[in-house]
Amino acid sequence: MKIEIKDLHFTYPGGVEALRGISLTIEPGEQVAMVGQNGSGKTTLVKHLNGLLQPTSGSVMIGDWDTKKVAVAKLAARVGYVFQNPDEQLFSSNVGIEVAFGPRNLGFPAEKVDALTKDALALTELSDKTSTNPYDLSPTWRKMVALASIISMDSDIVIFDEPTTGQDAQSVARIAHVVAELKKRGKTVITITHDIDFCAENFERVIALSRGEVLLDGPANAVLGQEKILAQTYVDPPQLTRLGKRLGLKKTVRNQEEFLAALKK
Amino acid sequence: MAIVNLKNVTYKYPLTDAPALSNINLEVKEGEFVAIIGPNGAGKSTLCYTLAGFIPHFFKGELEGKVEIAGVDLKSSALNEWVRNVGLAFQNPFNQISGAKYTVFEEIAFGLENQGVPRDEMNQRVEEALTMTGIRDLADRSPYSLSGGQQQRVALTSILVMQPKVLVLDEPTSQMDPIGTREVFGVIRQMAERGMTVVMAEHKIEWIAEFADRVVALKDGKILLQGSPSDVLTSRLLSENGFGISRYTSTAREALKHNLWPKHLHLPVTLQEAADGFGGKK
Repeated sequence: MKIEIKDLHFTYPGGVEALRGISLTIEPGEQVAMVGQNGSGKTTLVKHLNGLLQPTSGSVMIGDWDTKKVAVAKLAARVGYVFQNPDEQLFSSNVGIEVAFGPRNLGFPAEKVDALTKDALALTELSDKTSTNPYDLSPTWRKMVALASIISMDSDIVIFDEPTTGQDAQSVARIAHVVAELKKRGKTVITITHDIDFCAENFERVIALSRGEVLLDGPANAVLGQEKILAQTYVDPPQLTRLGKRLGLKKTVRNQEEFLAALKK
Repeated sequence: MAIVNLKNVTYKYPLTDAPALSNINLEVKEGEFVAIIGPNGAGKSTLCYTLAGFIPHFFKGELEGKVEIAGVDLKSSALNEWVRNVGLAFQNPFNQISGAKYTVFEEIAFGLENQGVPRDEMNQRVEEALTMTGIRDLADRSPYSLSGGQQQRVALTSILVMQPKVLVLDEPTSQMDPIGTREVFGVIRQMAERGMTVVMAEHKIEWIAEFADRVVALKDGKILLQGSPSDVLTSRLLSENGFGISRYTSTAREALKHNLWPKHLHLPVTLQEAADGFGGKK
């Protein structure tokens, strides 16, 4: 499912102009990380993809659907959005019901709902917690429930808003595994993140936003190597990218493998 | 002398059997910046709540052992006295912002109002705090109109303005952009230089390595190890127990196997140490 954003502007009631002319195309199956300063418009932008926000001007197309003309409930079949804070999203009395809610709401037959729910629970390592109340889980696992309840809807496009916030190393690895699996399945994954090392290690395309505009957009190495430009939107390059620059390595590197290979030369 | 003194502290939340903290012994000196690291569920937030007096005064449960800050014993102190010495910035700023104020400026003045600080002094202290944390331009906005990272700066500022002797921070930068995170660590370091004692639960290893004086690693409610950032953050015990480590450390450890990191050098925890070690090798 292709995403086409054309000259998107958005002003919040009260006058804060959050998006100032964004144009982007995201091809089916792409893995995109969105980075940028707090308040740069990342969340505002992705909330346009599932119709939670409507453009002040410009347009957002999800496949052949114009988000201005399609109801949010219908868009949900194509675009899943995992909120930054899981507590804004969870409401059921147990994890199994929570995760089954989305596919059931989309009107899938019972067997399909069941299969999708089981699959999403397995992928997020929640299979042993299906009968637990989400609010009896730690914030780490509540985050996984939020992820599972969107994955179970089997939408072509999945958006994660700061999935690694406050998560420990094991949980970040778990989330990286989910992203990799969705990539294998051909899903489009768009992730907002401040965790630049997570971004460098798991995404091929990086978009940096600044003050409601696209500052940089391209392959991860090309974008993450632009230390000076990224600083305009309060982003540091990944640890090993900075180290590589400091050592004067010719190529921009972004993970351990690339770093050690470049060092050997 | 230690301003924070925990002796054999064990704590159980109400209706639970397993202790969230067991037998914690921790001393923090005045003006020291101590970082608490650990996997989720290790007890980091619980330790923060204990230092802030929410445990036992708000959460109840069973607290054993001694918690003493600035010579005052927690169990014999009322919460409204305790908070004169200790300030806590919550992990989630939504839970901290009062909801009673229309602007960021008023929100930050809220604590001072409760302490009955005179109006002129209050204005001045709020201005100073806003400048220090870099949110002067947000002063007239509603706290609820801000992004997650901006709200976190407000939450931190509203504690800093009270000038507590001991500043307790529970993942204060979790929603902040990378350079903003580095700046906030810098501000906190400055506060420690001026004599404020800081205890911070945090996952961001790179900045702990740069800015903290000491690191305490928690696991399953117990102290696994503590010491200088350089010693603790390069310990094998961390990786074996599900802790995150910096890419500098993990990459140097891997490089060591390929003879790309000098054997005689300690593993690096900061960019500078990594650049020195790898640079010398080339």
